[in-house]
Amino acid sequence: MRIAILCLQGAFLEHEQRLQQLGVETFRVRQLADWLQPKDGVVLPGGESTSQTHLLHDLQLYDPLRDELRNGLPAFGTCAGLILLSSSHLGTMDIAVRRNAYGRQLGSFHTTADMGEVGSAVPMTFIRAPYIERTLSPQVNVLAEVDGHIVAAQQGAQLVTAFHPELDSDTRVHKHFLSMVQQRSAAHV
Amino acid sequence: MSEITERQKLNRQLAQMLRGGVIMDVTTPEQARIAEDAGACAVMALERIPADIRAAGGVSRMSDPAMIRGIQEAVSIPVMAKCRIGHIAEAQILQAIEIDYIDESEVLSPADNIYHIDKTQFDVPFVCGARNLGEALRRIAEGATMIRTKGEPGTGDVVQAVSHMRLMQSEIRRLTSLRPDELFEAAKQLQAPLELVRYVSENGHLPVVNFAAGGVATPADAALMMQLGAEGVFVGSGIFKSGNPAKRAAAIVQAVTNYQDADLLAHLSENLGEAMVGINEQEIQLLMAERGK
Repeated sequence: MRIAILCLQGAFLEHEQRLQQLGVETFRVRQLADWLQPKDGVVLPGGESTSQTHLLHDLQLYDPLRDELRNGLPAFGTCAGLILLSSSHLGTMDIAVRRNAYGRQLGSFHTTADMGEVGSAVPMTFIRAPYIERTLSPQVNVLAEVDGHIVAAQQGAQLVTAFHPELDSDTRVHKHFLSMVQQRSAAHV
Repeated sequence: MSEITERQKLNRQLAQMLRGGVIMDVTTPEQARIAEDAGACAVMALERIPADIRAAGGVSRMSDPAMIRGIQEAVSIPVMAKCRIGHIAEAQILQAIEIDYIDESEVLSPADNIYHIDKTQFDVPFVCGARNLGEALRRIAEGATMIRTKGEPGTGDVVQAVSHMRLMQSEIRRLTSLRPDELFEAAKQLQAPLELVRYVSENGHLPVVNFAAGGVATPADAALMMQLGAEGVFVGSGIFKSGNPAKRAAAIVQAVTNYQDADLLAHLSENLGEAMVGINEQEIQLLMAERGK
């Protein structure tokens, strides 16, 4: 299994560490030549979504990424990554997102909450985080809510969290993503 | 290593989200929007950029909160602002307007010749400048959750940022080669807390994100700083003192992401218009980097 990590801007190192800890091979995507390598899934890390969007366009990565996602490439987006996959950007997940939903940095917080099949009491770090305002199709499966707002969801082979599982040592969310990747590979053999 | 508070941890984590990004000085909401559209990961709101502070002379202070608010309303990315070294009340004011990051900065006139702010007493995060590892660790001990080189602001001359980053990185490498029983003496020499010296020795990096700042003016300057170990770049006067700010800003953003691709850097460096008029470190009267040690 080989996972691409979008390394344009943001907290990509932390995802890399988590995945390597789980024995998964990863590679960094900083430009189109990197993206064209074979891969079983992609991680879209946290950071600033405006900065990442700008770089996706300037580096001619936007359309190739969207095409592979539409073709079913498994994806895991955290925070800014969630915003990129939402209806306001790449639009491969049917979710409407509210950016900076908790306000400025003083509104950043850490909590734990249950996350469906992923497990109970999952640590969740929210940094100037968004949340999912509403789902736009029945294909979206809500995985977690905090204070009545959707903070994790899945649609087909795409997983998103408004929080940063890569910042905590708990690897259950990454393991869940890897099981999604495995399921898809098995289905395509 | 001693426990840091939950809030400090969140503040260090915000800096992690800024990694690989460019933080740009802006003086108006219009400039802030240009910076955001060019891909800046944050903006630094200030009334005068360092080059103009230098030119104007006199005492330079925290910016007008109304001006900072105007920039907070103009963009969705994090907004930072500067307070004077040791000026507890300016920092409290910036916290009251919910700034995302305070830069306790040598660019402004110091308010205190001895003490920095006890940043552990604040909920908002602080970034501080450092010329070497000892300074960086002292600021972290005071509660800074992000470090940047001081460089020499407002000059467009990258030489000091390079010296500071090289020195810091070589001091870090040296610590990783020491025996545990040699770290007591190293802490004494660095004038830094032993627990932070131990952390650096064991991990080979600072416990917080480390950006480059002070004199970065071109995509090549930004790429140079990244190759020397910076995790991102502050660009102060370099953008809005240049001929084509929007184009230069976007080029520097791409240069930070692809800092090792010389072909792309060549392309990014083409036809950017006039760079800011630089002044050499030898030509300036005031070394801002000497403020706050």
